[in-house]
Amino acid sequence: MVEQIDSSPVRQPRVGLFVTCLVDLFRPNVGFAALKLLQRAGFDVVIPSQQTCCGQPAYNNGDARDAREIAKQVIDVFAGYDYTVVPSGSCAGMIKEHYPRLFDADAEYYEKATTLSSRCFELTEFLDGIGDGAALPEMPSCSYTYHDSCSGLRELGIKQQPRALLARVSGLSMLEMQDSNVCCGFGGTFCVKYPDISGRMVTDKVEAICATGADMVLGGDLGCLMNIAGRLKRIDSTVSVYHVAEVLAGKTDIPPIGGNSS
Amino acid sequence: MSDSARNAVLDSVRKALGRDCELDASIETALDGRLNDSGPHVLPVFDEPPLERFVDKLETVHATTVRVAGVADIAAAIDSYIGAHRLPTNIVVARSALLDNIDWPAAFHVEHRGATVDDVVSVTEALAGIAETGTLVCGSSESHPTSLNFLPENHVVVISESRLYKHMEEVWQELRRLPGGLPRAVNLITGPSKTADVEQTIQYGAHGPRRLHVIIIEQH
Amino acid sequence: MQSVAHEFKAHARRALQDTTLQHALARAKGGFIDQRRTAIEALPEFDELRACAKQIKNHTLAHLDYYLERYEAQVKADGGQVHWARGPEEARRIVIDICRAAGARRITKGKSMVGEEIAINPALEAAGFEAIETDLGEYIIQLAKEPPSHIIAPAVHKTRGEITELFYAHHRSHGINERVSDVASIVNEARSVLREAFVTADVGITGANFLVAQTGSSILVTNEGNGDLTCSLPRVHIVTASIEKVVPTLEDLAVFLRLLGRSATGQEMSSYTSIFTGPKRNADLDGPAEYHVVLLDHGRSAMLGNEFREMLRCIRCGACLNHCPVYGSIGGHSYGWVYSGPMGAVLTPLMVGLREAADLPNACTLNGRCQEVCPMGIPLPTMLRRLRMREFEQNLTGARSRWLLSIWAFLAKRPRLYQTLLRPFVRLLAIGSRGTRRSLPLARGWTQSRDFPTPQGRTFQSLYRARQRKQ
Ligand code: SF4
Repeated sequence: MVEQIDSSPVRQPRVGLFVTCLVDLFRPNVGFAALKLLQRAGFDVVIPSQQTCCGQPAYNNGDARDAREIAKQVIDVFAGYDYTVVPSGSCAGMIKEHYPRLFDADAEYYEKATTLSSRCFELTEFLDGIGDGAALPEMPSCSYTYHDSCSGLRELGIKQQPRALLARVSGLSMLEMQDSNVCCGFGGTFCVKYPDISGRMVTDKVEAICATGADMVLGGDLGCLMNIAGRLKRIDSTVSVYHVAEVLAGKTDIPPIGGNSS
Repeated sequence: MSDSARNAVLDSVRKALGRDCELDASIETALDGRLNDSGPHVLPVFDEPPLERFVDKLETVHATTVRVAGVADIAAAIDSYIGAHRLPTNIVVARSALLDNIDWPAAFHVEHRGATVDDVVSVTEALAGIAETGTLVCGSSESHPTSLNFLPENHVVVISESRLYKHMEEVWQELRRLPGGLPRAVNLITGPSKTADVEQTIQYGAHGPRRLHVIIIEQH
Repeated sequence: MQSVAHEFKAHARRALQDTTLQHALARAKGGFIDQRRTAIEALPEFDELRACAKQIKNHTLAHLDYYLERYEAQVKADGGQVHWARGPEEARRIVIDICRAAGARRITKGKSMVGEEIAINPALEAAGFEAIETDLGEYIIQLAKEPPSHIIAPAVHKTRGEITELFYAHHRSHGINERVSDVASIVNEARSVLREAFVTADVGITGANFLVAQTGSSILVTNEGNGDLTCSLPRVHIVTASIEKVVPTLEDLAVFLRLLGRSATGQEMSSYTSIFTGPKRNADLDGPAEYHVVLLDHGRSAMLGNEFREMLRCIRCGACLNHCPVYGSIGGHSYGWVYSGPMGAVLTPLMVGLREAADLPNACTLNGRCQEVCPMGIPLPTMLRRLRMREFEQNLTGARSRWLLSIWAFLAKRPRLYQTLLRPFVRLLAIGSRGTRRSLPLARGWTQSRDFPTPQGRTFQSLYRARQRKQ
């Protein structure tokens, strides 16, 4: 997936980390976890300060013009790196799959978007792809279940990568949930536009999570995780929610997403 | 008026395709060629001998089968089917070289006609069988009215092993070779009539036959 | 039928609260999904067939005028008649004229989505004919005076108890005075009532799953056999089909048949796949004396020329409905017209109007499961996004959403301002929270069924820059 990294001492490959707007605003810990994981894997990680959002809200709500302008900004900001890594399947999917489509009629940016697309990776696919054998941290013995966020799963084929990485964390055991590949009902603006339907979907998802008896639910997209955490909290569940990067980086020293159950 | 609708629809199709005139002659020739091409696309591969596969598939879809050695055994096979299900011996039978040669038991009352709602058992011969899916191919004709395939509760179909083909594509070739071309109705029958419209529970005999019984004449 | 798609939100809410419906949906969902998966796992060539079918349809659509004309010529050569209809109104008139000319009284019908699209039943009844649906599911909803809620299983939303009551209420005129409540008795009762209809009908109307240009045939795929009785017993057979149903040859048809049953119900072949070619032949003992095909456009030629052409590959298998978590939550009626689920969310706005069906393309999380299972590889999420773009261009997006979106876009394009403004906002949200908030002004939709997880406190950018300064 990721080509062999040139490990000569001359220059470490440079990774531009796009933390995503949700991580920036709601869960910086995920950004720091991603940073730590990438540095540990031997990359020179740069976090451009000019980053904001990937443009999905505009794109998925029919505002092609704004989506295009935001995409241009991201493309320009991340143009100089060997890789662009994103701790979110849906934002990585936006960049990889959808940016080129936005520039059908703009040869210059189409070219640039395609280049960025080929260098852009979701965090777990990137880490799994480089296959560095570095030991991952230990966890106090606990069980987890994994929610496959839709864009990562279907646009990028991310399914086994986070599981493979998590299998290397000693102390963790996996309990698959029913329908781990079914949408949690977040869907960006969908959850506020159609709260009844979204509420029903997250209720189903949370039932599947609770039925596993796992201590934690993990995933690779903060939007879905906030949705799931909010529902778990509402029903006073003790299942805790973390982003997969936080666990892989051993950064679970802060309360889970949505806080601890009282 | 109907011509205007026809032209409007076709014009609108052409406009959508970015053409405002008739097709280019060379393209038309290529398309004609494609229409006359009877090469198959993707044929699912299977290893079982066609007869085994055919029987296997038919039984999975809830049909019953029996193999007999020759035409002489058909009457007995039907007799035992009728006996087993306590069915009347008044039966409606299609005509074919094979069916006309059956020597019916004296107790049977055999009629050759289309079926009515009162008929309980029909006997027909299939034009062909498809091993891939366990499908019987019945064609309508003066000697094989379609109603025989659908009205009676019990449909008994006789087929010679020599009429078995692996895939439906081979059957299409056979159908094209029929003297009158494609029959009005070609029924590909894969199991008895069924429905799952009430709570997704399968129930046989929705409108057509409740039971499909297939008598296969083995080749030696 | 008249669209009520504009009431989507209200209907969806009602559906979510309807416990009977929720039971019916929950029961149906698992079965369809498992059966499809099992059938596809047993066919290693599935993906190859899927790619092939897509290519065949693309080819056919790219030469649709040619194939339609060949199809028409062949039907005529076989002794049938072809009628063209631009829209539902024209199609209804054609069908009614044929029935009148045939001196018909009673008409049997096989399940036809195009028939639903042109709302043929009420039109026939208004014209004085008796029209009887014969597919059991369609028959049930005809008695209930409801539209289908699923393209493959029209009565999937009905429970056994509801069907029992419907039959009890309607079958007394047939001399049946007892309630039947087990599945077998329900099916048998319908069988006996409908038998009479089959043999006394003057005209049979069916849809077509495919039309074959090479032979001028219409293809009908059913499990009950009702379609075949509808085609073969009355004097007149009318096929209502839309123009994108045509495929070139029988060999092409074979590819679609291998995909259709598996995707729809997990069957390798449905019980009956019938190929009808023209009226009865001279010496035939049964079969219709007249064979008519009504070819409907209704927006399809427009789709052929715009960014929705790929939608015309749809073979109406229903897999996208069965795998859609939104459909699975609210059922088909919420969509407010003939087609529901992902394919309906694309087709309905294109057929009844974007303003009328403005909610449909938006009521989707773009999770992509529909596209994953679609045997025709239709990029349904992309189609929905394109409809959203049209809505945005035509100003059909709600004012509040537009406002919030444009503020967000404004900020997203100005990183400095974005950081300066959002930093305090995020802090504010975090103050005094223990991880989540139960309620939040402006986010009542979110908080009605879940808490709102609050931010950690400071933004990543501010923490990271602070850390860098220290180093
Ligand atoms: S869109 Fe695809 S999955 Fe949905 S009904 Fe059509 S062919 Fe089937």
